[in-house]
Amino acid sequence: MNATERKPNQEILQSLEGAAKVFVLGCQGCPIGCQTGGQPWLDEMKAMLAAGGKQVTGSALIDMICNKAIVGMKLGRFIDALTAAQVVLVGSCGVGVQAVGNMVGRLAVPAMNTLCMGDYQGLWPSNERCAECGECMLAQTGGLCPITLCAKSLVNGQCGGTGFKGQCEVSPEHPCGWHLIYERLKSLGRLDDMRRLQKPRDFRKREISDAYRHTIRWALEVAEDEQKSDKPQPVSK
Amino acid sequence: MSQLQQRLAAGQFVVTGEIGPPKGTNVGPVLHEAEHYLKGRVVAVNVTDIQTAVMRTGSMAMCKMLIDRGIEPVFQMVCRDRNRLALQSDLLSAAILGIENVLSLTGDHVVMGDHRDAKPVYDLDSVGLLQAMTRLESGTDMGCDFKGNPNQLDGVPKFFKGCCTTPCGPDPEAQVIKLEKKAAAGAQFVQTQAVYDPPVFEKFMKRIEHVKIPVLVGIVALKSAGMAKYMNRAVPGVQVPEALIKELTAAPKENLKKVSAQIAARLVRQMRPMCQGAHLMTLGWDDIVPDIIEQAGLKA
Repeated sequence: MNATERKPNQEILQSLEGAAKVFVLGCQGCPIGCQTGGQPWLDEMKAMLAAGGKQVTGSALIDMICNKAIVGMKLGRFIDALTAAQVVLVGSCGVGVQAVGNMVGRLAVPAMNTLCMGDYQGLWPSNERCAECGECMLAQTGGLCPITLCAKSLVNGQCGGTGFKGQCEVSPEHPCGWHLIYERLKSLGRLDDMRRLQKPRDFRKREISDAYRHTIRWALEVAEDEQKSDKPQPVSK
Repeated sequence: MSQLQQRLAAGQFVVTGEIGPPKGTNVGPVLHEAEHYLKGRVVAVNVTDIQTAVMRTGSMAMCKMLIDRGIEPVFQMVCRDRNRLALQSDLLSAAILGIENVLSLTGDHVVMGDHRDAKPVYDLDSVGLLQAMTRLESGTDMGCDFKGNPNQLDGVPKFFKGCCTTPCGPDPEAQVIKLEKKAAAGAQFVQTQAVYDPPVFEKFMKRIEHVKIPVLVGIVALKSAGMAKYMNRAVPGVQVPEALIKELTAAPKENLKKVSAQIAARLVRQMRPMCQGAHLMTLGWDDIVPDIIEQAGLKA
């Protein structure tokens, strides 16, 4: 299961700067187990956005938004509300945010930080990768992850190693992540997002947060571990 | 204040050179070349930092050896091999050795080099490294104490902070955006990736007119037609026009150094009105530097 934590509302509103109309999309997979998503989250987001002066053009909960086919299928009936929105606020792990960004012609903004992929990357593994960095910056990168797409995980833009076909210096098969981000932001008319000076990353965020340690899921895992430790241990002396 | 900074501040057109430390401890030949062909002819000499991820002797030690020989160094620093603790520590070490000019680079990926199984670091990127220098100059480091106050330094360094840009790459607009960020992070001068096409360079210079820092155009000596073709095929952001390849193909082998110097000097002459200096990368052919400078009509 992918563990997530909610981003502070203030950070979400900052990511939505300049976008008056927002579609809210939540994942009903892992965020339910983490107690970060689902209907309560959706209601809270809608109220928070309204209080922040945003118009919510529509909202939806989808079972596994890490899978692009499901996203495309399920979002079909929300097409008008999606088209009316400038930005899609996504409550899921980084894989889900990127899958949505790849399916809709709108900027996908993360409402959560991804802390831990648990066993595997979502129930429906797909091309999108998430590095569990804990400070999701997809809102500033057009919904494409520079941590996993860039071979150097650069946060401020491409290095000098971008080839003329948009490939990375590490291999002709490897597209330059920042070239993809640049093209995406250009097509979204959001190149200013790239102009923001990013701070060096905070690698403490990769640690499991106390919030996650207090979930039922975590308690269950710890209980299992404790049961194991009750079993007689081999004596080492 | 370093000579490089003073001359740029005075509005002089500057020329810098470059050396690469050896793989091993035999630093004699490269120091000899620097003393013989670069000293007194260029204002400062770049020392590459584990260039193309091929393990070598360190840049900082070579910089100090240049200082001891009366040559001003530009200490290249890449973000590939050190985290922010080591980078900041090395910046302080450089400062106490008298190194002022520091060039911040991302660094070629380890898979480009000869230790392909190594862990690439990139804790900071080239913008972050400039921020680190600026922070140290302000008397604190990037960390903080348990109350969240920045850590104070006992003795504060001063740098002349440089960065790099790629004028002839695939996404010039993205390069401009990154250069703006580098300037905002404290960059005081720019060296470019190799340029062989003056009209393309002129266009790029127009695009960065609003970034008010001096630009040294990068000139990589073309050693043969084969090398030029290889660069077109394999070196990102570098394009050698067909006309130059023809010129090199036509040159007799024993004349290649002369032709190489002629081309470099011509490029410097053509681009001199567009920028504030030239950075000559002769890749071991240091003996052609005097020739380039003379033919380009530049004085030391």
